[in-house]
Amino acid sequence: MNLFCVGLSHHTANVETRERFAGSAGTESILRDAGCAEALVLATCNRVEVYGASEKRVSTDDIAQCLVQKSAVIGDTHSEALPFYRYEAEKCIQHLFRVASGLDSMVIGETEILGQAKKAYQSARTTGAVGPCLHRLFQRAFRVAKQVRTHTQITRGSVSVGSVAVDLAQRIFGELGNCKVLVLGAGETSERTARTLISRGVRDLRVSNRSNERAQELAQRVGGHAVRFHEWPQECSEIDILITSTSSEAPLLTPANLGPMLANRIDRPLFIIDIAVPRDVDPGVNEMEGVYLYDIDALRSVAEQSLAVRRQQVTSAETIIAEHVSDFLENVSRELNCTSRVAEHSPVTDNSLRASQL
Amino acid sequence: MDRAFLIISTICFLAAVVRTAIALRAGLFRPGRFNFVAIGLGFVFQTAFLSVRGHALGRCPLTNLFEVFIFLAWSVALIYMVVGPAYRLSLMGAFTAPLVVLLQGFALIAPIDIRHPVKLPPNAPLEFHASVSLIAYGAFALACIAGVMYLVQERQIKTHHLRSIFYHLPPLTDLFAAIKRLLWWGFILYTVGIASGFFTGRPLPRLQIVAAIGVWLLYAAILQAWHFRRIAPKQIAALCIVGFSMALTLLWGITFSAQTHSVP
Repeated sequence: MNLFCVGLSHHTANVETRERFAGSAGTESILRDAGCAEALVLATCNRVEVYGASEKRVSTDDIAQCLVQKSAVIGDTHSEALPFYRYEAEKCIQHLFRVASGLDSMVIGETEILGQAKKAYQSARTTGAVGPCLHRLFQRAFRVAKQVRTHTQITRGSVSVGSVAVDLAQRIFGELGNCKVLVLGAGETSERTARTLISRGVRDLRVSNRSNERAQELAQRVGGHAVRFHEWPQECSEIDILITSTSSEAPLLTPANLGPMLANRIDRPLFIIDIAVPRDVDPGVNEMEGVYLYDIDALRSVAEQSLAVRRQQVTSAETIIAEHVSDFLENVSRELNCTSRVAEHSPVTDNSLRASQL
Repeated sequence: MDRAFLIISTICFLAAVVRTAIALRAGLFRPGRFNFVAIGLGFVFQTAFLSVRGHALGRCPLTNLFEVFIFLAWSVALIYMVVGPAYRLSLMGAFTAPLVVLLQGFALIAPIDIRHPVKLPPNAPLEFHASVSLIAYGAFALACIAGVMYLVQERQIKTHHLRSIFYHLPPLTDLFAAIKRLLWWGFILYTVGIASGFFTGRPLPRLQIVAAIGVWLLYAAILQAWHFRRIAPKQIAALCIVGFSMALTLLWGITFSAQTHSVP
């Protein structure tokens, strides 16, 4: 049985090319027509890959044609023009293990791909496109991904500014459901951060902006309420998280003006996310008791620290994958030897033998 | 025989310490079943030791500094078993185990297991006073450990340098809530312990009374400062560490003084 993977990903194709194959899910039946005994399509925004098992070699062109046919791409559909890659046997196994573990992802260590792979597997299984060969391969891939996540720090920390801010908020306050958030400035970045906080459970969100209209618009969009700009300092004694992104030339918050606002809240921390350039908050504020200030550079630095740790973990993850690849191959070859010995002594057909091998 | 239980118990706690150290060194610490099982087993053997020793003495095994240290280590493990999982402070085990190893290791090595020349008669009120006070010390010890965890986490967030342990420590507000609860538990138990000391039917040495009231006042001051929001959580965490260090020193003094005084 030939095991292969044909596909294109963010490494080899730009988004326009990938878009053309985005609707390739469910092409397993076509692939079977092309000669695949088993087939599975993994289609995400960063990759379109076909994992197949066949008796005879199925060419990359045939696979590409199947994908194109399903995606209804009109025009130049020659596979020569498409940056497809192909992995066979051991390389294919290794590639799938790397993909499932997030090593081949755009953001190293992201875990979404594992869910997408599981979904693709379930979908192909439902249609009967997955047989014993791919079943076994994918089950092992899920196991490998879990082991990589458990035994390395490949998924450690957040790697985007928004998620770093929200992670930090959770490390300070735990559950964010009871946190009060004030967004100062109605810019795009603050809206994004506010939305991430809402997605993690924040219910009390206040928006303040020089233009009250814009504050009200943003408040309406994110499900918060607007606060007039001259009233925001009073809010500081109540809130837990402050997101600032105004276009003010001078700092809005300094130790001198923040001190009195915090007089009655010594037992509650205040987390300030300053994403404005120039900064809205004087760096000296971070020296104040119970105040944790992160400006855009600090957030980026945390994200880079996480990314650096993830990169350092790639070698350990590759070692785990290599062990699994050789173990997987060893198991398969051991069983093949075993079944060939049985075949010599038993009058079974080729097809039933293959099923028992796998 | 009883010392064998204690040695096995210390080995269990040491296993938790070593496992944590190795994992943290590799930057991979995940508070797992191993630590909880190791600490649980250590606790079982501690209890076995105290039970055997208690049967041999015919009373609560708190007759010398050695037994006091072991009882204190047992109290720390007991409070951890109750508080740790309940408040999802599983990493607290990683901080609790070294303290227990330190207490038990010192007790095993130092020549402090001096048996009284005569068998001490049972004295229920005195035994209650001593045991409740030591369980209170266990709560103070855990508050001290939570304080260390708070300061470690706070420092990382403040300086923007997030190490591996950052992702495994509980949030600051959860840690502070645990500190407050442990301080209250410890304070209430200690108050009961001190009050029961006046009903033991025998006069207590003046130094013991002064030292015990000193510790009580220290923790009362910490709780009062928190209640009236006079000091920040970070300072309360630091005071928990200072307070327990002082309390431990005074405990030594109290026990030493009790040993040099008349037999109860």
